[in-house]
Amino acid sequence: MFERVFKIFSSLKLTVILLALGLVLVFWGTMAQVHLGLFKAQNDFFRSFFIYWSPEWSTWRIPIFPGGYLIGWLLLLNLFTAHFRYYQPGQKKYGIVMIHLGVMLLLLGQLLTDTFSSESILHLRTGETKNYSESSRQYELAIVDTTDPQTDTVVAIPASRLVAGRDLTNPAMPFAVRVERYYSNSSLVEKPAEGYEPIATTAGFGSGIWWRGLPHETDTDKRDMPSGIMDLRGPQGSLGAYLVSAYITRPQTLVYNGHQYQLSLRPQRYYMPFNIQLLEFKHDKYPGTNIPKNFSSRIRLTRPATGEDREVLIYMNNPLRYTGNTYYQASFDPDDKGTVLQVVHNPSWLTPYFSCVLVGIGLIVQFVTHLVWFATKRKTS
Amino acid sequence: MKTLYKILPWFFLALFAMEIVAVLMPRKKGALHAAAFGRLPVLLDGRIQPFDSVARNALLQIRSTGDVPLEEVPAWQFWHHPRKLNSTDWLLEVLFKPDLADTRPIFLIHHPDVISELNLGHKGIDKSGLRYYTYAELEPVVNEIFAQARQANRLEDAQRTTYQKQVLKLANAVMLYRQLKNSIEPEGTHNFVALLADYQAALPAGLAAAQAQQAGGKADEQALRKLAGIAQQFETVSKLAHPLVVPPADPADKDAWANMGACLLGTMRTGEIPPAVQFFAQMATAYGHDDAAAFNSAVAGYQNWLAARFPRAVAKGRAEYYFNQIKLFLHAMIIYLMAFVLAGGALLTYGLLPGLSESLRRSAFYLICLAFVVHTFGLIFRMMLEGRPPVTNLYSSAIFIGWGACVLGIGLERVYKVGLGSAVAGLAGFVTLLIAHNLALGGDTMEMLRAVLDTNFWLATHVVVVTLGYSATFVAGMLGIAYVLLGVFTPLLSTKVGAAGDLALGKALAKMVYAIVCFATLFSFVGTVLGGIWADQSWGRFWGWDPKENGALMIVIWNALILHALWAKLVRDRGLMNLVIFGNVVTAFSWFGVNMLGVGLHSYGFMDAAFKWLMLFNASQIFLIALGLLPVDLWRSFRNSPPSAAPVRV
Repeated sequence: MFERVFKIFSSLKLTVILLALGLVLVFWGTMAQVHLGLFKAQNDFFRSFFIYWSPEWSTWRIPIFPGGYLIGWLLLLNLFTAHFRYYQPGQKKYGIVMIHLGVMLLLLGQLLTDTFSSESILHLRTGETKNYSESSRQYELAIVDTTDPQTDTVVAIPASRLVAGRDLTNPAMPFAVRVERYYSNSSLVEKPAEGYEPIATTAGFGSGIWWRGLPHETDTDKRDMPSGIMDLRGPQGSLGAYLVSAYITRPQTLVYNGHQYQLSLRPQRYYMPFNIQLLEFKHDKYPGTNIPKNFSSRIRLTRPATGEDREVLIYMNNPLRYTGNTYYQASFDPDDKGTVLQVVHNPSWLTPYFSCVLVGIGLIVQFVTHLVWFATKRKTS
Repeated sequence: MKTLYKILPWFFLALFAMEIVAVLMPRKKGALHAAAFGRLPVLLDGRIQPFDSVARNALLQIRSTGDVPLEEVPAWQFWHHPRKLNSTDWLLEVLFKPDLADTRPIFLIHHPDVISELNLGHKGIDKSGLRYYTYAELEPVVNEIFAQARQANRLEDAQRTTYQKQVLKLANAVMLYRQLKNSIEPEGTHNFVALLADYQAALPAGLAAAQAQQAGGKADEQALRKLAGIAQQFETVSKLAHPLVVPPADPADKDAWANMGACLLGTMRTGEIPPAVQFFAQMATAYGHDDAAAFNSAVAGYQNWLAARFPRAVAKGRAEYYFNQIKLFLHAMIIYLMAFVLAGGALLTYGLLPGLSESLRRSAFYLICLAFVVHTFGLIFRMMLEGRPPVTNLYSSAIFIGWGACVLGIGLERVYKVGLGSAVAGLAGFVTLLIAHNLALGGDTMEMLRAVLDTNFWLATHVVVVTLGYSATFVAGMLGIAYVLLGVFTPLLSTKVGAAGDLALGKALAKMVYAIVCFATLFSFVGTVLGGIWADQSWGRFWGWDPKENGALMIVIWNALILHALWAKLVRDRGLMNLVIFGNVVTAFSWFGVNMLGVGLHSYGFMDAAFKWLMLFNASQIFLIALGLLPVDLWRSFRNSPPSAAPVRV
């Protein structure tokens, strides 16, 4: 039994089938981007085990084609088992071994990247300093104690935990938060409108606003705008039910037990143990044209803990790598006075480099031995 | 007969080599030194280029040709060269004799609806089914053209109908033409030198009057009006001028070239007219009055003045002018075609007339080598002009794919002396250069690279390697096509060939294809991963499933599939050939198809020329695969002897 399973999984036929399926998947996934947008097509086709199809009359999800993860894992298994089946020591197949090791590393690296990497955005106006970057998709409910003028104490609750009816507590928080209502994507209007209902709050903003929930945004360029009503509860009872929303960018303040608090629903923040200040953003163009030649951000990096204080120039194809994060020049403000840096945390970013070297050398070894063999054979014949 | 066979290859080589030498030789000067004007450098699209390039790219956009024929010659009289205006001659007319230029039939209109909508049916001239119009003919309907174009402009490109696309193209051509007419002197100026003198004379009184008026006092109305009239003309030029023709005042500030009109308006304060403007005024006036001697001396004077201050710009203009004139890729294309025909002849006469066949094969090989030299020379010349690695855009990728295929073809021909390598190199060279020629119709092919692409390191590694992968995949596909065609229609595949004479041509082909597929796998894999690393360096992700990335990945997957199918013995020779032919489809999708995705598969007017050709190409490949799937008894090569049961051992 084991023998048979091993034979199936290590067979070259399986390799060919998987490659063919992979080709179809990549083609299909590419064409699908035209309608679905890059992000959704990626999730549906490449970051999934199956591609599902739902008939229009039902909510069933019928798997109709293997997705990227399934093909990727099977290919890994196939490569791994085939090594034990075909490789005999002494044979001159070092090239092949290196190629396959490299491909395995590449596949593994990509699976790890999908699991462990995170991306965020650091938007800075000229002169501004920040010690955090922000997620472009995830939100958090932030309750900040601003009593101490020197340091803020932040309690941040990820939006995924904001489920209606739930009570949220935290030792650093003197009150509990009851989630009255929550929409992970929403629309707010200032006049009554079809499908909208009035917002019922007892404190802060919210009177004279109508709202409704919306389905998830699929357009790559847009994002969800969540809103919710949070009832803050102390031991004596409710301190007020507040409207929090991604549309409200300024935090709402309240005083409780002599402490000052700020309440907001904001893009999830990733704090860094150092500060980044934008000194200058430059948008160079070719003379006499509007064709961009270069974008660059001159920043000042300060880290109180180590006393580090230096200037760094981030420009196209030249990111800053620091403390496991990489900062890329990604975008800029229309007035050229602000920069947007993409912050990527990817522990396995080096795997493609190793894999490229391994496969490259492997292919060359294989190629050269083949050529030598071919040339000698031609000479002798 | 034997001697003739021996001489023939050398004869072909000498014939075409002589043509190339003739092309490279300096040309005779006419009475008017138009070429010297064509070499003068200007700044356009962010780069220094000669007037000739400005003219050529404009003509390609307007007329889809590099020059303007002046007389009609029936196509069959190929020995009769029609008189024509070359690009620089045409530009001189546009700049300095716009009334004459308005009568040249240069505006190409394809679309019958555009012609009928604009009521142009009875105008224009018809040439090989295409209609050309003069500006004078279009002038009455120019407003209508612009109105239609504005409407089309409001839509996304994907939503535009073919009609709207054509109108937009025509409007752009008309606009470009108008800009060119106002690039040096205001259109309709008969004596630019005199205009400048008037301007200088009117300046002090005019300025004084303006100051007086501002102060609220009594102003000299006449002086004011005179100056304002001239300034208004300069204003028009400053708004319309296409290339920046006035060199920087300070040679150290080499990017600060100025628009003629803006420069003249800038002299309002000082009243000093820069020497360059004076020279241009002399050229304009001399040309307008047909004074060749004065024109020549003005051009020479400007050139000397410029060479002392901007030697690099002058050298660049000179070099690029020469590059434009010698048209290396056009000549390489002709030689490739000839070589392909000869190699085809060699293959078809292989068994029948061995002497002739060998002579033709040699001729083809020599010509391929010659074409390769010309092609390489052109490639390096271009790289030096641009200061970039060989591939920077779709146009240059076509040229480089052809070059790579030619290298592989020559290698194959050296090993297997049957003419197939030359045939592949010849066809690949011809087709890719033809594609490049058509891609060049879009405008300047040496345009500046957008920020993220501005890195010679990654252009030289990732782009070059991945493009060589395309080349190799196409070469394998072409060999596959040769196998199917020769196998089905000729008995050649079972003929013994090669230096040793012990290998059937079919087997030899299988070996060639195997080697090329290995090569293709190496290059496309390494190239794709390098691309991923570049993406990691500039965007922070190795792989983003972007259409272009996916296209490259598909080529890698397909090549890997072919190799594993061979090793698993799932396919033999014929199966291998069908797989590599499908590789053509995959590669064409990756090279061109993904670029069209953004153009919009969901639009109604989506039938761009390139898309049509891509679909035709794909259909032809599928047809060839169907041919390759015919039962073996129907193959002429294998009718009598069934193919050996043994799989390819390579």
